[in-house]
Amino acid sequence: MKIGLYPGCSLKGGSREYKESVVAMAKAFDIHLEEIPDWNCCGATAAHNLSHELSLSLPARNLALAEQAGMEVLVVPCAACYSRLTIVQHELNEDAALKKKVVDIIEMPYKGTVKILNVIQFLQQFILEQLPAKIVKPFDYKVACYYGCLLVRPHGILKFDRPEDPQTMDEAMKLLGADAIDWAFKVECCGAGMSVARTDVVGKLSGNIIKDAVDRGAEAIIVACPMCHSNLDMRRPDINKVIGTNFEIPVIYITQAIGLALGIDEEVLGLHRHFVPVELPEKEVKTQMEEK
Amino acid sequence: MSGFSIYKKDSVANDVNHDVHVSVAKCYQCGKCSAGCPVNSEMDFPPSVVMRMLQTQDPKLEDKLLRSYAIWMCVSCEMCYGRCPMEIDIPKVMDYLRQKSLKENKVNPKAKNIVKFHRAFLDSINYTGRLSELGLIADYKMRTFNMFQDVALAPKMIARGKLHFIPEFIKDTAKMKSIFNKTINKK
Repeated sequence: MKIGLYPGCSLKGGSREYKESVVAMAKAFDIHLEEIPDWNCCGATAAHNLSHELSLSLPARNLALAEQAGMEVLVVPCAACYSRLTIVQHELNEDAALKKKVVDIIEMPYKGTVKILNVIQFLQQFILEQLPAKIVKPFDYKVACYYGCLLVRPHGILKFDRPEDPQTMDEAMKLLGADAIDWAFKVECCGAGMSVARTDVVGKLSGNIIKDAVDRGAEAIIVACPMCHSNLDMRRPDINKVIGTNFEIPVIYITQAIGLALGIDEEVLGLHRHFVPVELPEKEVKTQMEEK
Repeated sequence: MSGFSIYKKDSVANDVNHDVHVSVAKCYQCGKCSAGCPVNSEMDFPPSVVMRMLQTQDPKLEDKLLRSYAIWMCVSCEMCYGRCPMEIDIPKVMDYLRQKSLKENKVNPKAKNIVKFHRAFLDSINYTGRLSELGLIADYKMRTFNMFQDVALAPKMIARGKLHFIPEFIKDTAKMKSIFNKTINKK
């Protein structure tokens, strides 16, 4: 089966370590992810805010290209791209007239049959079963799994996990040996696309998220969205300024955490590209005596 | 759709129902959307009030709504939709109101920078097919004259290999132009 990859713009630029870690992890399981040839931006928030037709047509071209390339499954690691592509596929499948309109705009054949997977679904279908046998260094930390908005909402269309208290990332992290803590901000918004136009709002919203994770004893925040990552990581000075704190907790992509447990080199996983240094305390290897 | 509508012919609520198939009459003002909205404190009208204003079908209130800051402050996080007991797709209504506000030249002055950011974002895609972060920031700065915002960030991003100086062009840029010309840039 040909497994397609839609990296999206963030994973090619400011969040390149996410793609690097997705590809390195897949490689460790002998999975080849093939990029959609000549893909374009999904349009993100800007397109659906300003033009409904544009917000349908940009993702539709990508889905049509994936069909053309014979991809049955398409992995979309960016939560925002995943949301846009899935919503467009849903809207066009529900409305034949709209589908015809969009096909006329993109001037390409489009069926709407590609199976779109977010990064957690990709893990569930291709990785998790074989994961425990490959772990060389358990990720033995208290982690707050942060899902954000677009991985789980709107639930009626995405039909993924539980919308208010999702568990799939927590389960995956537990497999790695982590202690996934209960906390209250799993699906709160980080401020998303307001990062530039209203940095103060991002400071406040992302600050609340980090504060809850830290208050409950998390040693790392685990994410699966480049926007969540850049707001919690790159915007950390703004966050600390807005809410008057000095939080140093690292923010790690779930694929980086898996990569670390597999023993993949930190540079290959792009950990050096983070703004908040990923300095996790060395854990002593517990002997059987101590565990008793 | 049949000819009968519960909405007045020229109301925004009627257009929303007809164009994007969301019926605001279903809202019974429980307020869960406003309670869960992460940016409610930044809004002049929180989501449940937006719903109520549409329900009145009063042209004066509709005009106020199209000139509001709330519709631009909405971050499309989908929390309101997720928690609405009547499953009203409020984010879709927000998209509709933004587009109408833009078309009728009613964008709230406070929201101008947000719109400029979206415009700079889309122009980058129209030109190259993919977002160039450096291009976006430079374009946004030119539009807002906000030259000093985030200047400290650029060297740090470069040091981490996160900013590319040469934008990536897709091969079929002609298709991008054609998609934009048939949608947002349609005359």
